[in-house]
Amino acid sequence: MTPEEWTAVRLSLLIATTATLFSLPAGIAVAWMLARGRFWGKSVLDTLVHLPLILPPVVTGYLLLLSFGRRGPIGGFLAEEFGIVFSFRWTGAALACAIMGFPLMVRAIRLSIEAVDQRLEAAAGTLGANPLWVFATVTLPLCLPGIIAGAILAFAKSMGEFGATITFVSNIPGETQTLPSLIYTLTQVPGGDAAAMRLTLVSIAISMLALLGSELLAKRIGARRQAA
Amino acid sequence: MSLDVDVDHKRGDFHLQARFTAPPGLTALFGRSGSGKTSLVNIVGGLIRPDRGRVIVDGQALADTERGVFVPAHRRRIGYVFQDSRLFPHLSVRRNLLYGRWFARGEGGAAADLGAVVGLLGIGHLLERNPESLSGGEKQRVAIGRALLARPRLLLMDEPLASLDESRRAEILPYIERLRDEAGVPILYVSHSVAEVARLATTVVIMTEGRATAVGPVQDILPLADATDGGAVLEARVSRHDEAFHLSVLESVAGELQVPRLDVPVGAPVRAYIRSRDVMLSLQAPKEISALNVLAGTIAAIAPTASAQADVRLDCNGATLMARLTAKSVDRLGLAPGRQVHAVVKSVSFERS
Repeated sequence: MTPEEWTAVRLSLLIATTATLFSLPAGIAVAWMLARGRFWGKSVLDTLVHLPLILPPVVTGYLLLLSFGRRGPIGGFLAEEFGIVFSFRWTGAALACAIMGFPLMVRAIRLSIEAVDQRLEAAAGTLGANPLWVFATVTLPLCLPGIIAGAILAFAKSMGEFGATITFVSNIPGETQTLPSLIYTLTQVPGGDAAAMRLTLVSIAISMLALLGSELLAKRIGARRQAA
Repeated sequence: MSLDVDVDHKRGDFHLQARFTAPPGLTALFGRSGSGKTSLVNIVGGLIRPDRGRVIVDGQALADTERGVFVPAHRRRIGYVFQDSRLFPHLSVRRNLLYGRWFARGEGGAAADLGAVVGLLGIGHLLERNPESLSGGEKQRVAIGRALLARPRLLLMDEPLASLDESRRAEILPYIERLRDEAGVPILYVSHSVAEVARLATTVVIMTEGRATAVGPVQDILPLADATDGGAVLEARVSRHDEAFHLSVLESVAGELQVPRLDVPVGAPVRAYIRSRDVMLSLQAPKEISALNVLAGTIAAIAPTASAQADVRLDCNGATLMARLTAKSVDRLGLAPGRQVHAVVKSVSFERS
């Protein structure tokens, strides 16, 4: 593989990992609100979270460009106040991936929180645990498999994200050129077929490793629970 | 300790309106399912916020709607043993037991020593096990231990034996008795079983359609407990065993009783529960009958019940005995308060006390 190809692979892994790790706390919080919360506007929040799943990725990318771009309301504010720039940076690609993977992550975690027996949480309360401790010591451990599944889904989605990323942060080699972007580029130039094939195989390998890793992790949690 | 409850709570069609004071010992909330027992316990435990009223433990208001007081469950230090033990499936038995201890650190209260509680409940061999591998009876014992180790000042038990079969119940009852007598934690115990209440309770609160209709010592209240299946509690002591016929002889103020051999030492106190439909009355001392137990007494009161029957309350030398007769028998024998009669007891259920 050429250095250019390696760079794209590394960049993709960095972007997907960053997107997954940073969206995980928000994903758990939103999943909990949707699973347990009773508040005005819950269905609005639910729709908003799912929007990236049903909108064309290009539309999501364009909306990101409008709001998080240098001259966008949020992007401008962040750039001026904190010096954080998203547009045409790898961080922007991570943001796009996080948003595209968010509905998948929230769905998986929400389902697992809904499956947690609330009577166990009430029992923890009578033993003196305040709601935060109940969440940390009962709810969270019991829905860990769902959290892992959600994180893996988000990671896999990030590895494959193309439309929103290329619209928002373009296709700059070494900065925003991810694996899918490079494959797309290679298919557009004559003689790029062999390289595109190599990267396709790499992409398949990474996806399968991620899936395998999550299965192993889930199994280990299951085994620890059995032993406990 | 003292527990004062005076609450008024509506949920849909159901109206809970209960008021009672529980002295130390084990207080049983007794009533049919749907009579509001569990709702009442949930209000005491802080799992339900009452519409109106007060819950006061040792002078501290845990809920008082007039003053706007509501202490959340996790700050009440009231242990709760649920019908479905609710052990944490992701923690070992040991870590389940120790779960509440950390939150109770620095608090006074009942026994909080793991060794003592494990010994009291006989669960030492289960510590490293996973809750899912335990039997129903073992789960409930662990759940009781877990509640105790959180150093509660009051223990709530909501039909802790309801999900267990007869032999498992027999396995746990002695531990609850030890809890009542040794651990020094007052207990509020929900049950719809006369046998359980007769055996365990110090005080009984009868719940009927959301109201506490009778409160008092178990001997006084239990006979009123169930109109269809009434009875009386008799305190007795084992005086000797008749090994030849496999019988035990008991002594009570009402007289001597012979019962199938009990597996308790001579001198041990036992609590006999005599159902009113197992008692016949005779005007003369019956001779040559198969029943072994005949107690002399005076009729204290006759209360007609539905379907042409009557409940006759006897005073047997200070102890109360109930007999369920047909109205025709009452008429034929000319039974009236003050008459001397002999009660023939056909069978006796025995509960150790």
